[in-house]
Amino acid sequence: MSYPEDLRYTKEHEWVRVAGDVGTIGITDHAQKELGDIVYVDLPKVGAHIEHGKSLGSVESVKAVSDIYSPVSGEVTEVNEILAQAPEKLNQDPHGAAWLVKLRLSAPDEAKGLLSAADYQAYVGAES
Amino acid sequence: MGQSVALKRTPLYAAHVSMGARMVDFGGWEMPVQYTGLVDEHHTVRKAVGLFDVSHMGEIEVRGPEAMRLVDYVTTNAASRLHIGQAQYSGLLYEHGGFVDDILVHKVTEQHYFLCVNAANQEKDFEHIRTANNFDAEVDFASDRYAQIAVQGPLARRTLQKLTPVDLSSIGYYWFRDGTVSGVPARIARTGYTGEDGFEIYVAPDESPRIWNELLEAGREFGIKPCGLGARNTLRLEAKMALYGHEIHASTTPFEAELGWIVKLDKGEFIGRAALVKQKEQGVRRKLVGFEMRGRGIGRDGYEVRCNGVAAGWVTSGSPAPSLNKNVGLCYLPAGEARPGRKIEVMVRNQPVEAEIVGTPFYKRAKTA
Repeated sequence: MSYPEDLRYTKEHEWVRVAGDVGTIGITDHAQKELGDIVYVDLPKVGAHIEHGKSLGSVESVKAVSDIYSPVSGEVTEVNEILAQAPEKLNQDPHGAAWLVKLRLSAPDEAKGLLSAADYQAYVGAES
Repeated sequence: MGQSVALKRTPLYAAHVSMGARMVDFGGWEMPVQYTGLVDEHHTVRKAVGLFDVSHMGEIEVRGPEAMRLVDYVTTNAASRLHIGQAQYSGLLYEHGGFVDDILVHKVTEQHYFLCVNAANQEKDFEHIRTANNFDAEVDFASDRYAQIAVQGPLARRTLQKLTPVDLSSIGYYWFRDGTVSGVPARIARTGYTGEDGFEIYVAPDESPRIWNELLEAGREFGIKPCGLGARNTLRLEAKMALYGHEIHASTTPFEAELGWIVKLDKGEFIGRAALVKQKEQGVRRKLVGFEMRGRGIGRDGYEVRCNGVAAGWVTSGSPAPSLNKNVGLCYLPAGEARPGRKIEVMVRNQPVEAEIVGTPFYKRAKTA
């Protein structure tokens, strides 16, 4: 799978799409493959304040549970409700329909320090 | 992923990589954890047939006029009661009654026993047996001479039968035969670690890539899939088969692990016997039990288990059980608490989640003729 150009990525395998002051956050295709069959996605509540680099929830597969670290800071405005009922969507469309949360960004410039698609591709290519 | 220590590889490493397996470090071995997907592989073994590379497992051969006496002395089960061509699950114990390893003992001839041992324990096991060898027997570290492939599932027999003249239907559960697979010598044992019918074959390492491919071809019409250690773990957990380092280790005894059936106290002296006799007299203080999660969450290895809000034990293995659509696990609890129906709490990421002790195995295959 190719990594969309309009997302920014972390070395912990999250992504963020910034549009104005809204950031949509997800995990990467590499992350979902590493985890395997996903069975639970735990996400924060709307209104929660999330800090960049801190845990915003967790993703659990048959094999293991893994923290999700937020690539940016802000207040949760929306949580992807689909994932509570159909966590397997995260294995199928991690860069699209299976986004995790939307934040109202408190510091939109934070995303500029993240990896580009090409840099992330090179990073996971080297890692695996 | 950066590794500072070189991982060992089986002769099938290239085959795994070429088929797109996800490789992980498993006790110092670079092994496939999954190919297409853990759950898919799990169901394939339950419903059809799956292929596992288990060449990382160790082999130790014991030969000589007193081979049986040595094996009987270092194991808990009665090697003396094996017939030629029969295999037996057994324990290697320390004097204090804890496990060195859990192993399979195969009686090849009156003076030749073949032991299959856990990968990470093989050197330790070899030293343990050699140190105890005050008998007219030779102990031979044979891991480099064998690759091991497990063919598991209800269609395992029909798959393997295509590649061997040995009549597989004549091999009973926990029996084995020396014959050929794909035209080369093979030890064919009707054993496994999945809770399904199946075979484990021991072949020369050089021949194993060809046999692996021929098995995939032979099983194609049945939907065979190569499977990784991830599925192997969920399959064995559902069948409540112990995993060394989890349910059993140096500080657990067979009685605590509910493996009293592999202990034959009446067979004569063996390493660990005195400790087990004493434990039997006094009764075990803790026991391994199965649990099902009732609340939302998965109790995983190492998580604390509470009874009435008080820390009482720990999870040894826990996972979703794909064949049962439940989250299950095994844990040690004080013997007095270890009864089916008892409500417990598993601390899942610092939150108590309700669970209940249940009878095991979680999964049992329907008996076939």
